[in-house]
Amino acid sequence: MPQAYTPSTSVDGPGPGGTRVEALPALRPRSALSRALEWLVESSLLLAAAFSVFVTAGIVYVLATESIPFFRHVSIWEFFTDRMWTPMFAEPRHGILPLVAGTLTTTAVALVVAMPVGTMIAIWLSEFAPSRVREIVKPVMEMLAAVPTVVYGYFAVDFVTPALQHLIPGLPTFNMLGPGIVMGVMIIPYVSSLSEDAIRAVPMLLREGSYAMGAGRLTTALRVVFPAAFSGIAAAYVLAISRAVGETMIVAIAAGQQPNLTFNPLDPAATITAFIVQVSLGDLPHGSVGYQSIFAAGVTLFVMTLGFNIIGAYLKRRYRQAY
Amino acid sequence: MLTSERSIARTRLHDRVFSIAGGLVTLGAVMFLGVLLFDLARDGLSRVDWQFLTSFPSRRPGQAGIFSAWVGSMLIMLVTAVTAIPLGIAAGVYLEEYARKNWMTSVIEINISNLAAVPSIIFGLMALGLFVYKFGFGQSILAGGLTLGCLILPIVIVATREALRTIPRGMREAAYALGATRWQVVRHHLLPYSTSGIATGVIIAMSRAIGETAPLITIGALTFIAFLPPAPIVTDPELMIQPLRWVWSPFTVLPIQMFNWVSRPGDDFLRNAAAAGVVLIALTLGMNAVAIVLRYRLRRRIKW
Repeated sequence: MPQAYTPSTSVDGPGPGGTRVEALPALRPRSALSRALEWLVESSLLLAAAFSVFVTAGIVYVLATESIPFFRHVSIWEFFTDRMWTPMFAEPRHGILPLVAGTLTTTAVALVVAMPVGTMIAIWLSEFAPSRVREIVKPVMEMLAAVPTVVYGYFAVDFVTPALQHLIPGLPTFNMLGPGIVMGVMIIPYVSSLSEDAIRAVPMLLREGSYAMGAGRLTTALRVVFPAAFSGIAAAYVLAISRAVGETMIVAIAAGQQPNLTFNPLDPAATITAFIVQVSLGDLPHGSVGYQSIFAAGVTLFVMTLGFNIIGAYLKRRYRQAY
Repeated sequence: MLTSERSIARTRLHDRVFSIAGGLVTLGAVMFLGVLLFDLARDGLSRVDWQFLTSFPSRRPGQAGIFSAWVGSMLIMLVTAVTAIPLGIAAGVYLEEYARKNWMTSVIEINISNLAAVPSIIFGLMALGLFVYKFGFGQSILAGGLTLGCLILPIVIVATREALRTIPRGMREAAYALGATRWQVVRHHLLPYSTSGIATGVIIAMSRAIGETAPLITIGALTFIAFLPPAPIVTDPELMIQPLRWVWSPFTVLPIQMFNWVSRPGDDFLRNAAAAGVVLIALTLGMNAVAIVLRYRLRRRIKW
């Protein structure tokens, strides 16, 4: 900020050619009103920025206050070791494992689709495709991420699962394979765009060095660029995992609603998110153990995704610093 | 040297094969979107008509429609926009133009990037505990709109920051040199120059919000609503105009209506679901297309 200063009102004297120099207007210090306004604006902008912290605080507060009463009813030991999740039954059982198994299985199916495809698209777009093709493909990829998940869920039930039933006879209408595949396609853009950023951050010199040694484009991409960009690509994978773990509507529609302790993608099973949706659709009284159980499930989900997000952020920072 | 010629040929072949394979894989992903759109249109497009847009949900699939659903979606979007857009832009401006490098700033920054990766259903749980019960908003449009507002806040903030970052430093320095205050620089220079960049981000954020289902189900949005929220102007002799009465109304939205129809047995309801999906996807992809065009024109027009 320029310091306010009070010069004499006119500057007389010979100018360069002996002429008189025009008088400069006086610089006045800023008025108290103007300074108050500046302060007010800055404080309200700070408040807006701080609001996002309040949202996080709200999340943590709600998850904690609603699930602590739950864990007064249900021991942590039971929560993590019981193999049944039936909080709505007359004799409720509260073992989170079946829901975790469903979540991990659908996520694994999604990753089997998204990791190779997303990485391949990223390498192809950055190292092989002509720039005009890239200009077209990137927006289409964004569209893939923009499709509402409930529409993906419809597609899983209406198209993908029936198509799979032709290939795998006896596949039930609700299964984890179909929605897992659809979820995988949904997270391809996350993998490919983050991986592409990481690949682009690899300095041109490394590629040129490789070409100078006689390597082709594929060898350079796989042996030089990919390893150099690996921590960024790994960050893309981890953040994609976090997306898949938290995805709700696709699995709620197409994977079934029964908690089922299985890792077989051909079986139907509920995920953590599907359970929360299922309970929310019903009319549970506020404060009942059933009501609290969705927060206990939510805490589990939140901790899982938080863990993946922290690992992802760490990996991302590492590749940014590398060059 | 024959061997080196052969190895060059082999290298070229490998490059060629991967180039084609990568192209095919990319095409496959694009085709997936194409098949999805085609499947949806085949099942539902013929069902989208005036009757469908102006009817309430019904037990008879042939008479059902999405009137309350799209009105609900629009009103929810209104609340979301009014809260998240000003807050997000203000936060973005603060972090990019005002914030000093201190622990508070880095806490806010880390928090925003974490918040962007929290699953949407967790926002729903937060809103259920906080907005619905603690603040007593109930299962209202207000609660729903605020939920989605919190959800898209990080997207708006990040978009604002990126738009501001593209403005060269010289612009700011020139304005400061003429004696402008910080707020004058932001108001008269930075915000006008970054408007289309921010608008792009805001549109993408809103298109994300309009397709969100899980957090609204979690706060207890109803799946069967056969009425509209109260109009702002009523013929009540006591209070002629109640401009905000509708925010307390229960609601449903397009994706929830679609979900409701998907989970019902019967092909007719599935057709209704597809039709609702057609409307929903037209909205989201349309908004995204606008954002992409805006960004493309922006990139061509502005040369600092």
